[in-house]
Amino acid sequence: MSAVAVEVDTAGVARRERAAAFFQRNGALVVLVLVVVAGALAFPSFATGVNLRNIAVQVSFLALIALGMTFVIISGGIDLSVGSVYALGGVLAAWASQFGLLAALALPLAVCGAIGLLNGVLIARGRLAPFIVTLATLLGARGLLLALTDEGAETFLVRDQPAFTFLGQGSLLTLGVPVIIALLAYGLGWLGLNRTRFGQAVFAVGGSEDAAVLMGLPVTRVKVWVYVLSGLLAGLAGALNAARLSSGVTILGVGLELDAIAAVILGGTLLSGGAGSLLGTLTGVLLLGVIQNLINQVGTLNSNFQSVVSGLFLVVVVVVQAWLSRTQRR
Amino acid sequence: MAEVLLEAAGVVKRFAGVLALDGVSLQLGGGEVHGLVGENGAGKSTLIKILTGVHQPDEGEVRHLGRPVRFATPLEAQQAGISTIYQEINLVPLLSVARNLFLGHEPLNRLGLIDSARLHRQAREVLGRYGLDIDVTRELRTLGVGTQQMVAIVRALTTGEARVVIMDEPTSALEPREVDTLFRVVDQLRGEGVALLYVSHRLDELYRICQRITVLRDGRMVHTGPIAELPRLKLVATMLGRDLTDVRERGLTQLEGGHVAAAAPVLTAEHLTRLHVLDDVSLTVRPGEVVGLAGLLGAGRSETLRAIAGADPLDAGGVSVGGTRVRGGSTKAAIAAGIALLPEDRKAEGIIPNLSIRDNIVLAALPRLSRAGLVSDRRADELVATFMKRLQIKASGPDQKVGELSGGNQQKVLLARWLCMEPRVLLLDEPTRGIDVGAKAEVQALVDELAEQGLGVVLVSSDLEEVVEGADRVVVLRDGAVSGTVEGDDITEDRVLALLATEGGGRDG
Amino acid sequence: MAEATAGVGSGRRSLPAGWLQDYGVYVGLALLVLVNALFTPNFLSLTSARVQLIQVAPVLLVALGLALVIGTEGIDISVGSIMALAAAVIPLYLGYGFAVALAAALLVGALAGAFNGFLVAFVGVQPIVATLALLVGGRGLALVIANGQLKQVRNETLLALGNGDVLGIPVPILLTAVVALAVGFVVRRSTFGRQVVAIGGNRAAAALGGLPVRRVLLGVYVISGVLAALSGVVTTARLTASDPRAIGDLIELEAITAVVVGGTPLTGGRVRVLATVAGAILMQLIRAALIANNFPDSIARIVQAAIIVAAVLLQRRAS
Repeated sequence: MSAVAVEVDTAGVARRERAAAFFQRNGALVVLVLVVVAGALAFPSFATGVNLRNIAVQVSFLALIALGMTFVIISGGIDLSVGSVYALGGVLAAWASQFGLLAALALPLAVCGAIGLLNGVLIARGRLAPFIVTLATLLGARGLLLALTDEGAETFLVRDQPAFTFLGQGSLLTLGVPVIIALLAYGLGWLGLNRTRFGQAVFAVGGSEDAAVLMGLPVTRVKVWVYVLSGLLAGLAGALNAARLSSGVTILGVGLELDAIAAVILGGTLLSGGAGSLLGTLTGVLLLGVIQNLINQVGTLNSNFQSVVSGLFLVVVVVVQAWLSRTQRR
Repeated sequence: MAEVLLEAAGVVKRFAGVLALDGVSLQLGGGEVHGLVGENGAGKSTLIKILTGVHQPDEGEVRHLGRPVRFATPLEAQQAGISTIYQEINLVPLLSVARNLFLGHEPLNRLGLIDSARLHRQAREVLGRYGLDIDVTRELRTLGVGTQQMVAIVRALTTGEARVVIMDEPTSALEPREVDTLFRVVDQLRGEGVALLYVSHRLDELYRICQRITVLRDGRMVHTGPIAELPRLKLVATMLGRDLTDVRERGLTQLEGGHVAAAAPVLTAEHLTRLHVLDDVSLTVRPGEVVGLAGLLGAGRSETLRAIAGADPLDAGGVSVGGTRVRGGSTKAAIAAGIALLPEDRKAEGIIPNLSIRDNIVLAALPRLSRAGLVSDRRADELVATFMKRLQIKASGPDQKVGELSGGNQQKVLLARWLCMEPRVLLLDEPTRGIDVGAKAEVQALVDELAEQGLGVVLVSSDLEEVVEGADRVVVLRDGAVSGTVEGDDITEDRVLALLATEGGGRDG
Repeated sequence: MAEATAGVGSGRRSLPAGWLQDYGVYVGLALLVLVNALFTPNFLSLTSARVQLIQVAPVLLVALGLALVIGTEGIDISVGSIMALAAAVIPLYLGYGFAVALAAALLVGALAGAFNGFLVAFVGVQPIVATLALLVGGRGLALVIANGQLKQVRNETLLALGNGDVLGIPVPILLTAVVALAVGFVVRRSTFGRQVVAIGGNRAAAALGGLPVRRVLLGVYVISGVLAALSGVVTTARLTASDPRAIGDLIELEAITAVVVGGTPLTGGRVRVLATVAGAILMQLIRAALIANNFPDSIARIVQAAIIVAAVLLQRRAS
């Protein structure tokens, strides 16, 4: 059967599609603004500089992980291992901090990058499902972490490494250093995604892998690199968090991959791949962080409402996405 | 002929032992449009894929500018100046026009980053060169299919200075106006000395723009030469493998035709209409009658069957069985009314390869074989045994996986699936394609037998002989509309060919 | 482990890779029992078998429902949160008696499953995203219901569900065996079971064959939800407390592992009940054996990861 387009009133369709595209891209931003305004009106303690700066520091680690996840999801994949890799990165950084700042960054990046490489190779060359491969590395990375820390009994402390702890605890121009690093990473990530051939290839691979192959794009290489990138960023986030806490906490990061995926989806990135934006992801991360903060502000609500509200937002977003893509197809 | 830019010499290609191309040779000259035609499965796509490095030939070679080449990937072919426009638009729908145009070759600034302004300017320039005015910032999917096709073509031309352009049914989704634009571009390219290979099943187009033509059939090249020397009727006959003088002496199919049909129709399809697919198609089938649906590729044969079976929605029109209206767009309603469809793509839509013969046969009949939600294995086994015997399905037993059977036996399994529903109307879409001669005869004899038992049968086949000899009436489709009907003794290959080859009309423009 | 099974394959070259996919899990299980019988003290005792089977019961209950979902080419990652929801509602209704509490828990599971199924079958959301929403929100809701607190349960009947014996067989084992038989029966004998594998095997063909595709999809997610809820009830009984914070945490990973190791392809079209049971027991025994032989938890996880990759690589080669 030949594919035949059904031409309808084009002007109307274009208008509707532009509206749909706007909501897909900026829906989270609209919601974020509304939530922030409502929060500011309801709680005097919310819109204070101290509180907002706190939120920013708290979300910066998730932001880094979600950055990598956005690349992976745009390429049509998924990375479940980031939570474990994040925790592993923290432990490695705390241990290596005894050898100085460089080691504290290089070791977690090398190991976590290698885990990403393993994911990428199994997925792109081995043609295994991303879901199951990264599920395995989720378990494996956590196992490695336990092996390094005497089954979680030993917590490595960061001692006398002001340069390293500055990365987690310091601030520049009133902004926390992790926030600055995250913003920098998003800036670079935006350039990488939108202004390099690699970034365009990520979109193409996720949008239509067959077309990407026929257009002569290096599909395998692109797929491997997005998982390496995701591993590196999760490792970096772990290292920064170790610097903030001055220790390699072993129990971190369980389920963090879900927060990252949720943030990406809230930001309007399609889980089916091929479309998405880092600004959206950043908005999604902020939305999750602000919801958590607001629920903490309401003394009477217990903090468990946070995940209920996140889940609700997620349902609304995916249903609207499904509905939008259906109206666009018709 | 002008300088030969690209040629295939004695190319042989097998897939899993099946011969897809059998010693095909083809020469593409600069400044020339070369048509390539053939029915489904003739080997057109395989030939294109070999020319463009998607597949490698098993024997023979591809020569580029006279030298033997082996393109390992489409990219290599592209870099050598050979560009391909596929039937399906192989662009990324979610990216903008400009990005699609230059994907992988984006203009960079001094920092190695994509120069967005230049990207858009260059995109407008190259589109303008071919007289196209498209907003380059729009997402590709928001454009009409024709416009998307134009973008694909311009991309093919701009990446790597194409000297050879291969177009695989580029007009299958285009509006007449868009076809005109395409042909303008084609003419322009020809003027620039580019060699074009143009694959299409639309005869009007071929005669309009091609200088030479090559006909493939069953993986073999059956004709090549200037198109002016091949009249339209002869082309159709060559494509379908009918030697006009020879055919009357032989009657090869097991189909008999000439059934005694009752007066009241069992199936009435009225004014079936679906935008750009079907245009007011009506037909009736009486019990015991075999109605053939003839038409070239893309004429709407399969689409008519699918619409009757409720597999595709309709914009207008409806179907009645035995005078009772069937709810449209529902396979379940159609099945309940006694309509059975053997789909064209047996593998994708028919069999469930990993399940057993038994499970495949009883699939549609499950509700009948069940009581309180439990399947009666005894009744299922009886049914399966009956039909395996009656249809002579050759297998190690009812537990063998259907995926392991030959094409003919798979088709019989599907036939059994529907026969145990005791249908009143049987819709057969290419029932004998891709199955060996013996099984083919068995399937054909079976269809005859079923008609004699009072079923109404609609038969679609690109094997013209099968239709002519098997059908009591032939409805000829062209561009989604009925272009004529032949009945009784009038059913001859000449008459049907004449209706198939009619000039003009329809949406070809 | 992986070496041993590979040895079987290469020893007889006539065996196709598909054979290993189908029977590898049993071979692995047999080898594991053999090795443990030799090296692990007290492994072959009845007490030990009871302990292992009781521990695997909650995962297996979840895995059986998941096997059906995976059979339709879907996935359900919300099972752990559904367990938490079920656990959270039990104390609310236990005052009305065990039967009411059980019914309420199972109903919650069914509703949660229906929610997933609706998103997948009728809205057309990808299964992983649809069930992600409930995974994120479900546990929070459970904690809200329970007010974030662990509650002791004292109902005798409920506790018997976790710790009682019937004819010398622990109730959780008995219950899981019954569910496994029931799921096996549904897959083999019922119309619904045949429709599940047909839809997973070739959705287009199933639709053309007039099968009620959406209804069946809805059905499998409801079953998955109910079984997860049942698992939540059993776990609550075992712990003698409703603990929505910890119950079923990450169980989706264990359950998916059991299904995959059992040789059920994630691409749908097959539901292997006995193999899923074997897969779950295999993973449990590996963990137990490693712990009994003083291997740390870390090694257990790495081994688990390696087995998952090995299992999918095996499937990859078979197809």
